[in-house]
Amino acid sequence: MSSKEKTWKEISIAGVPPKSSIGFMTGDWKTYMPVRDLEKCTTCLTCVMFCPEGAIKWRPEMGKIEFDFSFCKGCGICANECPTKAITMKMPE
Amino acid sequence: MTTQEWKFTAKDIASKPDLFLSGHRACAGCGPAAALRLIMKATRGPTIVTQATGCMEIVGSIYPYSSWAVPWLHTAFENAAANASGIDAALKAMRKKGKVKQEHIDIIAIAGDGGTYDIGLQALSGAVERGHDFLFVLYDNEGYMNTGIQRSSSTPIGAATTTTPAGSVNPGKLEKKKPITEIMLAHEMEYVATATPYYWKDMMTKARKGLEVEGPAFLHVFAPCPRGWRSEPAKTMEYSKLSVESCVFPIWEAVNGKRQLSTPSKLIALAPQKKKPVKAYLEGQGRFRHLFTPQNQHVLDGIQLATDERWQRLLQKCESA
Repeated sequence: MSSKEKTWKEISIAGVPPKSSIGFMTGDWKTYMPVRDLEKCTTCLTCVMFCPEGAIKWRPEMGKIEFDFSFCKGCGICANECPTKAITMKMPE
Repeated sequence: MTTQEWKFTAKDIASKPDLFLSGHRACAGCGPAAALRLIMKATRGPTIVTQATGCMEIVGSIYPYSSWAVPWLHTAFENAAANASGIDAALKAMRKKGKVKQEHIDIIAIAGDGGTYDIGLQALSGAVERGHDFLFVLYDNEGYMNTGIQRSSSTPIGAATTTTPAGSVNPGKLEKKKPITEIMLAHEMEYVATATPYYWKDMMTKARKGLEVEGPAFLHVFAPCPRGWRSEPAKTMEYSKLSVESCVFPIWEAVNGKRQLSTPSKLIALAPQKKKPVKAYLEGQGRFRHLFTPQNQHVLDGIQLATDERWQRLLQKCESA
């Protein structure tokens, strides 16, 4: 062992992932993209609850739902579960 | 346990910031990720999470990114519960020395079915026996999905996996699913519950109750995996719902051993005509595709029979409690 290498006492006791995954955009995985019909939407928040990515956000100050396409993987759970069928999955143009 | 029930609305939950952050690398339509995100919103204050190796550990901690907004620890596959015991003991010691100021710090151990049913069972059993204060969340996607869909002892009978392929000789897995909640109940735990993310309010209430228990609590979350079940990603929550409606996975909770069906399952118990055939649940899942052929009809009938029997047994256990 060369003298430059750290000894076991000096290295950290565990590996630490230093960055938050908020900086890792998974949105480019998707093929289809949810499109919402604002007239049909009743803001029941079902889609917000079921989104595995947390990509559908409830903005209480504005009283509306916002889709964050930088994380949406296009799974279609929101479109499948929407009680008023306000969301449809469409191929982006 | 506090007798006061935690009351919340969809808006309360939606307004709460995520603790399991966006940008994790789970497959599209991941059931466990959806469940974990909601369970993390049911926490009541400072929380430490420890995970066993598994899908949810991998997707949330790919270097240099971490998807956890809470202190998080992972060491190896078998020791989610052992980690939780260590954290609990460390907190006790630090509190004695005056190094911890918070009144209570919750510990959540999260493991998949591989890390609970098979590899982590002895660590879990030991931690529960020692009475450490933690909530163990088992997200059950019925197989070792991230290593290539191998069978686990949670994989149900008849399911095709890469290690139990369906062919002309065997119709998928031949062995039954291990009844893990019965094993945990036999430890005489204060709180054991089963839940599924479609009934999110029920699941989050149970997670909260588990955290409020002074001592170990066990939450079995049934989470569909579109990749391993070879089902459509969009139908994850539909299968979560169908599993309860067909009584493949009834949801209940047991406080001090007294078992009680939760509302969605209770409604089926009260109106048996609402119970759906298991066929409705198995259909559309690629891992059960081979069962819908004339030569495998007997396997399908067997699954229906076993499900009905298990449901009847559960009803009896709930009545006697």
